[in-house]
Amino acid sequence: MSTDIDILKDVSTEEYKYGFTTDIEMDIAPKGLNEDIVRFISQKKNEPEWLLESRLKALRHFLKLEMPRWQNFELPPIDFQAISYYAAPKKKAKYNSLDEVDPELLATFEKLGIPLSEQKMLSGVAVDAVFDSVSVATTFKTKLKELGVIFCSFSEAVQEHPELVKKYLGTVVPYTDNIFAALNAAVVSDGSFVYIPKGVRCPMELSTYFRINAQNTGQFERTLIIADEGSYVSYLEGCTAPMRDENQLHAAVVELIALDNAEIKYSTVQNWYPGDKEGKGGIYNFVTKRGICKGVNAKISWTQVETGSAITWKYPSVILRGDNSSGEFYSVALTKNKQIADTGTKMYHIGKNTRSRIISKGISAGHGQNSYRGLVQIGSGAENARNFTQCDSLLIGDECGAHTFPYIESKNNTAMVEHEATTSKIGEDQIFYLNQRGIDTEKAVALIVNGYAKEVLNQLPMEFAVEAQKLLAISLEGSVG
Amino acid sequence: MLSIKNLKASVEEKEILKGLNLEVKPGEIHAIMGPNGSGKSTLASVLTGKENYEVTAGEVLFEGKDLLELSPEDRAREGIFLAFQYPVEIPGVSNINFLKTALNEIRAYRKQPPIEAKEFLRLLKEKQKLLEFDTTLANRSLNEGFSGGEKKRNEIFQLAMLEPKLAILDETDSGLDIDALRIVSRGVNKLRSSKNAFIIITHYQRLLDYIVPDYVHVLYNGQIVKSGTKELALELEEKGYDWLKEDAQETTLKPSFQ
Repeated sequence: MSTDIDILKDVSTEEYKYGFTTDIEMDIAPKGLNEDIVRFISQKKNEPEWLLESRLKALRHFLKLEMPRWQNFELPPIDFQAISYYAAPKKKAKYNSLDEVDPELLATFEKLGIPLSEQKMLSGVAVDAVFDSVSVATTFKTKLKELGVIFCSFSEAVQEHPELVKKYLGTVVPYTDNIFAALNAAVVSDGSFVYIPKGVRCPMELSTYFRINAQNTGQFERTLIIADEGSYVSYLEGCTAPMRDENQLHAAVVELIALDNAEIKYSTVQNWYPGDKEGKGGIYNFVTKRGICKGVNAKISWTQVETGSAITWKYPSVILRGDNSSGEFYSVALTKNKQIADTGTKMYHIGKNTRSRIISKGISAGHGQNSYRGLVQIGSGAENARNFTQCDSLLIGDECGAHTFPYIESKNNTAMVEHEATTSKIGEDQIFYLNQRGIDTEKAVALIVNGYAKEVLNQLPMEFAVEAQKLLAISLEGSVG
Repeated sequence: MLSIKNLKASVEEKEILKGLNLEVKPGEIHAIMGPNGSGKSTLASVLTGKENYEVTAGEVLFEGKDLLELSPEDRAREGIFLAFQYPVEIPGVSNINFLKTALNEIRAYRKQPPIEAKEFLRLLKEKQKLLEFDTTLANRSLNEGFSGGEKKRNEIFQLAMLEPKLAILDETDSGLDIDALRIVSRGVNKLRSSKNAFIIITHYQRLLDYIVPDYVHVLYNGQIVKSGTKELALELEEKGYDWLKEDAQETTLKPSFQ
């Protein structure tokens, strides 16, 4: 009569909970991409000449590039001239205190569960809130300043710490890296900047919350994190967007730099609007994230929980240049309805005794397509490099897909590279077992999925692990009949 | 407590249960025995609401409620527990988290607030002690990498934690060595009370040396063909099922001669 396929077939979507829009007066650049627009953005942000020049250089390069074709999905045509590249809430460009922030904006973030007022702030987490193209507030700034930690918006860093920005910007992800990196370098709107001084262990989680609100705009933020010698920082980004019928482009660039003995832990909980059941609307999340372990014993760890976006396309990577440095990538990517994810990581082993660890957990439901794509590259000088890769796929129903594209290139015969992969389905017998203990099917699936993703969720900071668990459960609501 | 009348059920249009009758009262232990393919496990599946089992006739009342109308989870919440013959593994889900979720779902159904962490831990310790249950098992992922015996013991541990009114043990003795069998049986004996009832499905009389049933029923060809006390189990052990099969065929043939 009925099989697990039938149980799991009736795929529908739980309403996206962050789909509201904020009605606020905006400063929006006219649609289109050209040198004038780039100058306009740069001028709005009162940028130094060198930054404008690098933007223009990136734009000229971008215009020469074509869309990649190697990805495992059909890339819908993107009309770059139909996008507005700058949108900012009117009123003030910069707020000196939260009292000056438009209450409508504060209410928006409160609604998203990101309270920015001092009394309500998440304890132990400093937040930079980015609304469309600008950062509206950064919390706990003073406290961090006492330690010499710089945590501010990217625009502010350009003004206040130009020497650091100039020294590191584009050194890990140059504008020539790929078409979206070029685009970002040309039209970068805002983003976060972090500098942790020598020997400082950042006492709180740093977090950026990105919110797309305006229509027909893209979000192109840049995040630059520098961990100086012997320092440590844990950083988290979250993101949501309103429900809209048309697709919106999010092409961010994140650069991490870890010097000798420094450690950066970067976590993402990505919940951009995924589009509706039929695959209409949703965010194109095309992001370039890369870190470099520049010094010896440096460590960079990426953790991502990807549940949103119509298309997620990114490979947070680590360049392991310093001897004994290590890179980690922990990922849960969930696709349902018509969502697509083509994600994974690249680990470049250059230094001696470098280690990398990749744990990827794909979850596909409905008509979702989930691809893991990963590169482990061992350079000729990377004596005793080690890599362990585990890439698992979980299927819910039988109309979804899971694909893996692991690439291994080794030029050093002392390297040890391990790769494990599994594919499994949530079984009718597992669900029935939980049903028989009084747990309904929806909760049962959530329990099974969270168990499956546990190894990755465990990597998230405590407060966010709980959120991520809930998010996985909510994202799957309605995925089972 | 449980009243089954003329229950007929089929799987993929093949009739397995062919008019089964059974009455279970609080405090009773019923053993159901029978040869392979007689419908023992089907009975457990039908009572707990497993997919693919279609009830074609008859009724099942549990404490006066029409059981067949309820979803599997609601049957569990009403107080029916199945100790599975083959408990499934659920990687990454800790036994404790699972038990707490199950317990709270059942409590919510009964309009009780979620159990407090302290109270839950107390209950956990109490039941672990009662059943001589290895504490390390409770902390591991649900059945993941458990041996056959550990899985069965975990079923009994869950039974102790969830305190159902009616527990169905589906061949809990299969795959158990004699020590594990003794521990499992001792657990069941400690858990039996005047308020709950057990249906013990088994192939072998051996288990019934440890858990003494009030009634023994022989299921053959989808019907209970003989009921008796624990002596019946001994008789089966000695004579096998063949003599009953002949009896059963005679009785089922009889009506056509009339």
